[in-house]
Amino acid sequence: MIYLRLFYEFFKTGLFAVGGGLATLPFLYDMADRTGWFTAGQLADMLAVSESTPGPIGINMATYVGFTIRGIPGALTATLGIVTPSVIIILIVAAFLKSFRDNRFVNAAFYGLRPASTAMVASAGISVIVLALLQTELFRATGLVTDLLNWKAIALAAVLLVLTRWVKPTKGLHPILFILSSAVIGVIFQF
Amino acid sequence: MKELWILFLTFAKVGVMTFGGGYAMLPILQREIVENKGWATNEELTDYFAIGQCTPGVIAVNTATFIGQKRRGIVGGIAATLGVVCPSLVIISVLAGVITSFSHLTWVQHAFGGIRVCVCVLIFNAVLKLWKGAVRDIWALLIFLGVFAASLFTNLSPVVFVLLAGAAGIAIDLIKNPGGKGADPT
Repeated sequence: MIYLRLFYEFFKTGLFAVGGGLATLPFLYDMADRTGWFTAGQLADMLAVSESTPGPIGINMATYVGFTIRGIPGALTATLGIVTPSVIIILIVAAFLKSFRDNRFVNAAFYGLRPASTAMVASAGISVIVLALLQTELFRATGLVTDLLNWKAIALAAVLLVLTRWVKPTKGLHPILFILSSAVIGVIFQF
Repeated sequence: MKELWILFLTFAKVGVMTFGGGYAMLPILQREIVENKGWATNEELTDYFAIGQCTPGVIAVNTATFIGQKRRGIVGGIAATLGVVCPSLVIISVLAGVITSFSHLTWVQHAFGGIRVCVCVLIFNAVLKLWKGAVRDIWALLIFLGVFAASLFTNLSPVVFVLLAGAAGIAIDLIKNPGGKGADPT
């Protein structure tokens, strides 16, 4: 029963991914690894599409991954799977709102969870960097360090980093603008 | 019934207008939920949002469930959640179908090659933002480094890291404040 398995995988993601949409990323990489339903490369592309379309990233990602695996029924199953734990947990938390926010152990657990969640997103980021900025296959074939680095991609990354972090007029712009410009540059310079 | 429908439609509207989720959603919720509908005050919304961030799951869904259940109980929570995910389901399904049928074209592959570079930078920026709220002292730094190394070099499930990190947080709190009031609730 692929749908049951799909629901279960996304239920688990929804249950353990703390900190919003991008926090689901390490779980999706893990899923790609274990199930072979989709590749890490596809996941990076899905993330780009999810960031550039309306709707919360986490939901867009779940829908996209589900669709990739089993079309529209897959998209529905994955999305229902990822929201079900949220709905259950929030309904419970809402009933004990005050004591939840003031509970010592809840706060202490989240104090430990936040750096862990950050670390997992960072590690997922490393996988995307390896995929986008390095040419591991070419490097394996030639053994040249200069072949390991994809210079075109690194130059684009450096420009984007400066524009999104330090240049005042551009750093507040919506990510979709950077994604679209990168697509155009990718086509022109044949990434 | 009519109010459930309005909950669904309002949150579908929020879903369509949200690009990127997370913080991008707060101003839209403020306009739709606080100013237009008067379903919650700004303070309540901030509270829901804060809890939505530190409970598992997608923040947008958590916040929608909160407001929905406040209006109409459990059914209201479900109606609001279905509303907020509905646009994603439709838009992504259409788009995914289109992209799949064009993905063999060379220029589409080049475009995604460029986009992947951009995704690297966006994730990097997101990590820096998360870092500010998460890594505030040496203990948190140790948890970060431990989980970072373990998720790079082992095949352990992220679930294991989440459970261990939560337990570590409680253990550190008990060591730092034995019998005390506990960590700062921020």
